[in-house]
Amino acid sequence: MNTALSWIKEYVPDLTCTDQEYMDAMTLSGTKVEGYSRLDKNLEKIVIGQIKKIEKHPDADKLIVCQVDIGSEVIQIVTGAPNVKEGDKVPVVLDGGKVAGGHDGGPLPEDGIAIKAGKLRGVPSNGMMCSIEELGSDRNFYPEAPENGIYIFGDDVQIGADAVEELGLRDTVFEYEVTSNRVDCYSVIGIAREVAATFKKPFIAPEVTVKGNNEKVEEYISVEVQDKELCPRYCARVCKNIKIAPSPKWMQRRLAASGIRPINNLVDITNYVMEEYGQPMHAFDLSTIAGNQIIVRRAKDGDVFRTLDGQERKLDSDVLMICDAEKEVGIAGIMGGENSMITDSVTTVLFEAAAFNGPNIRKSAKRLGLRTDASGKFEKGLDPHNAEEAINRACQLIEELGCGEVVSGMVDVHGEMKEKVVLPFEPAYYNNLLGTDVSEEEMLSIFKMIEVEYDAAKRTLTIPTFRQDILRQCDIAEEVARFYGYDKIPTTLPNGEATTGRLPFKLRVEQKARDIAEYCGFSQGMCYSFESPKVFDKQLLPADDEARKVVTIANPLGEDFSIMRTLPLNGMLTSLSTNYNRRNKDVRLYELGNVYLPKALPLTELPEERMQFTLGMYGEGDFFTMKGVIEEFFDSIGMKKKPTYDPNAGRPYLHPGRQANVSYEGTQIGYLGEVHPEVCDNYALKTRVYVAVLDIPAILPLATFDRKYEGIAKYPAVLRDISMVVPKKVMAGEIEAIIAQRGGKILEEYQLFDIYEGDQIKEGFKSMAYSITFRAKDKTLEEADVTAAMKKILNGLEGMGIELRS
Amino acid sequence: MNEKLEQIKAEALRQIEASDALEKLNEVKVNFLGKKGELTAVLKSMKDVAPEDRPKVGQLVNETREEIEKVLEASVKKMERAIRETRLKTEVIDVTLPAKKAKVGHRHPNTIALEEVERIFIGMGYEVVEGPDVEKDYYNFEALNIPADHPAKDEQDTFYITGDILLRTQTSSVQVHEMEKGKLPIRMIAPGRVFRSDEVDATHSPSFHQIEGLVIDKHITLADLKGTLAEFAKELFGEDTKVKFRPHHFPFTEPSAEMDVTCFKCGGKGCRFCKGEGWIEILGCGMVHPHVLEMSGIDPEQYTGFAFGVGLERIALLKYEIDDTRLLYENDIRFLKQF
Repeated sequence: MNTALSWIKEYVPDLTCTDQEYMDAMTLSGTKVEGYSRLDKNLEKIVIGQIKKIEKHPDADKLIVCQVDIGSEVIQIVTGAPNVKEGDKVPVVLDGGKVAGGHDGGPLPEDGIAIKAGKLRGVPSNGMMCSIEELGSDRNFYPEAPENGIYIFGDDVQIGADAVEELGLRDTVFEYEVTSNRVDCYSVIGIAREVAATFKKPFIAPEVTVKGNNEKVEEYISVEVQDKELCPRYCARVCKNIKIAPSPKWMQRRLAASGIRPINNLVDITNYVMEEYGQPMHAFDLSTIAGNQIIVRRAKDGDVFRTLDGQERKLDSDVLMICDAEKEVGIAGIMGGENSMITDSVTTVLFEAAAFNGPNIRKSAKRLGLRTDASGKFEKGLDPHNAEEAINRACQLIEELGCGEVVSGMVDVHGEMKEKVVLPFEPAYYNNLLGTDVSEEEMLSIFKMIEVEYDAAKRTLTIPTFRQDILRQCDIAEEVARFYGYDKIPTTLPNGEATTGRLPFKLRVEQKARDIAEYCGFSQGMCYSFESPKVFDKQLLPADDEARKVVTIANPLGEDFSIMRTLPLNGMLTSLSTNYNRRNKDVRLYELGNVYLPKALPLTELPEERMQFTLGMYGEGDFFTMKGVIEEFFDSIGMKKKPTYDPNAGRPYLHPGRQANVSYEGTQIGYLGEVHPEVCDNYALKTRVYVAVLDIPAILPLATFDRKYEGIAKYPAVLRDISMVVPKKVMAGEIEAIIAQRGGKILEEYQLFDIYEGDQIKEGFKSMAYSITFRAKDKTLEEADVTAAMKKILNGLEGMGIELRS
Repeated sequence: MNEKLEQIKAEALRQIEASDALEKLNEVKVNFLGKKGELTAVLKSMKDVAPEDRPKVGQLVNETREEIEKVLEASVKKMERAIRETRLKTEVIDVTLPAKKAKVGHRHPNTIALEEVERIFIGMGYEVVEGPDVEKDYYNFEALNIPADHPAKDEQDTFYITGDILLRTQTSSVQVHEMEKGKLPIRMIAPGRVFRSDEVDATHSPSFHQIEGLVIDKHITLADLKGTLAEFAKELFGEDTKVKFRPHHFPFTEPSAEMDVTCFKCGGKGCRFCKGEGWIEILGCGMVHPHVLEMSGIDPEQYTGFAFGVGLERIALLKYEIDDTRLLYENDIRFLKQF
């Protein structure tokens, strides 16, 4: 909301402060000022001058030489402006002065444009006459200004006076950010009340009186409200003998500063009252209202209505309409109808000031795709009391501006008006909540400023109806805090029962995952939780795959963000692809993020959210590098046993010969593999890509941060190497399982140290060599112990078709 | 005999003197003191010595051996030292040649900021808790005093799954879960992902992160809120950081405030970074609304509390001077490497 400070000062005449002080103080008391702009920025040495004489320029057809009286002297100015004549009073910028912009109305230069005396085609010119654009404004806000020409004042202005002042530009426009609970502050009066309380100056409300003629409004109009819930109050007044004319300059200036273009007296009055009171009003041409009757009712489904902007609007039964005896004449609170709009030929006007149900207006405006200034105000839920005040103010202005004759009386249809909120005065509660020691007297003086009435006998506070946000004691406490000053509230630390700060186990495991991934060269990425349903085809998932059962967003930003991911790979592959595409070498990324698995579809309860630790890489490294990273992670979270790897993972997005499910103590905890080349193609990755996905919820019960020292071996180890010729289909894991099972208690460790396929090995076989370490905790091993263990192992291996090499 | 020993000794010392390498000294050792060495030969010839002279001769042999050993040892040491000296002189490297770095990965700036915040609040006795990303309408809105017709509930801002299930728009929902557990007092922070229906651009993302904070106890005041958050700001942005609280409105807190911190670039003087204001808006906060307490089964007559919510990306962007939110979700390694 933008408002000129001069308008605020009408209600707080004693206000004196700099623009910056005003901004800071208002922001600190809760009416946030987003910024301000001085309307006289870069306007220097500009006075009102009168053109006494105009002569042709001797050397230029398009220039004229003017003698301009600026009060103290007559100066010569050369101009090319076509619209001036002798006797005109114009703004004149003198030598050494400044204007805000060029005559073309382009963007204003930061430092304005300096004006110096000089010669134009050899003729001295000692200043410049200004257009409205050069003064930093435009014809929208100064409709009386000519197109492409010098601004010309009326006759009543003083020669030599400050032209900037005369134009109403000695002013500052402040921009406020009003919070949604303060409906009352979407108005000049509401902000002025806050200003008065903030600066502790008196607030002087406008005095609203309407004379009215000797007729009764009931003779002109009757009102029936059929849906009182959607329309708690409807006030109507009538003005006749309307004379459409421009509104006075002061009104135009204020509207212009608020960003509203002046139109004519009638429109300007309704806009003015909307700004001043925050109450939108509508004016109908009474001659178009059939049966002199207003009926407020819901539209019928499928009705079509033409609004005053000429657009056809499709209605439904949740849209509230203003109707006459025969037809619809306006969409309540949103926009009037073309059939009843005011034209220049209007003679009798019906004013409407109403209160409508805020949420209904908001939803209707949204469905209709028609958000207007009026609906923006109504949707916040206006105080029904405000309507009466506002409509009377409009009628007062009609009379004061000589715009017409006001018919006496007001048709006022309303249900039960809400009573004022009354709360007990509890100073101790306020101080306890705030941690302050504000005196009762100070509190009461604050209440007085904000028009909260105090009943000393009952010790109660009565809240004015425009403060719809004050309902409970905590709301009162906030008022005390705001005007006592948030900055004066002390800073303390809570001193209750001590609590232990902690990171839960799951987050500690995740932290470990990050540490290990980073030690291993992986950087952390973050991907969106939602993606496109197309990702399943990209990952070659069959049509009936479980992962295709997804949580779908009803109102997504687009198909690409429409489903909650059930697999973490799309984000990873997309990120790797971005890097690959940008020619980044050897990229390793990891992500910790949820997948969302519906328990049943359609969704009736929340989906299961499973944290996935996903690793992806291309460039340096292979499957076994990835395997090493996840084993480092297991090790770091106390999973010291050997995980098992099942190559029959059946994951379509991975290379069929290079994938494995990972299990630990019989629980499947994830998978890893090389990405299927076709999937790589789908992500424009022309390189081998390796991924691993670990399911954190499955890992948590297996992980521990407990550590126990086992003692450093005291007795010597015995090493045995075995060298084997192994059928190709036998996997190292199977051999290791035999060694582990059969090695017995004295088996300490085993290590594959050679694997070879090729020339010296017969077809269908590979050569493998293990080094096995035996050690006892309590004695030096004897040859016999080791031989026995080795024999068991070798027997087991021979059973698998493995030949031992000597 | 004596003479012979003197001769041996003289010869040994001469050879030691003449040795110019450790191997040569070793030869001397073998030749004179070894099993087949000259001194051993002398000992072996003891059988030719009269029995009564043998102890004396034996002693003489041992004395000679000791003398040779002593000189030999000194020479070895001297030579070793000389060799080391030479080695140290020749083994000079160019220390400015490139380092061989372990290829360590990097944490996401969001996580770095988050861990900072967690560290600060854990130190103040707060527990870190989590709640679901996909949430019931009740926890995201209603229980936070945002009734059915509140504009924030408008479809414009919220992603809905069904009429009742949505993607949480704020981590404040975790407050409610925590309060419902009925364990008091509460000091918690809840970091997590939140979702709003905003198109992606330099300053908006439909998915971002918040950290919610909640304290519920007897006698918690707005002054405590100010003190706690001032402490937090100093820890996060530096000891000289000042804070400013401005009244604001949130449906679930009353009184409510927004907190600004002095610009950490210019210290509050005003610069391009803070748009000349000297202050940067950092978080929203307030005293938990009594109705919110009531709805979660906490008696507002006995307990009060404060809550605050910080945007994680906002902190990361400000702290690390990142000028485009999109960078946080692209995962370009050249970006991530800088953290």
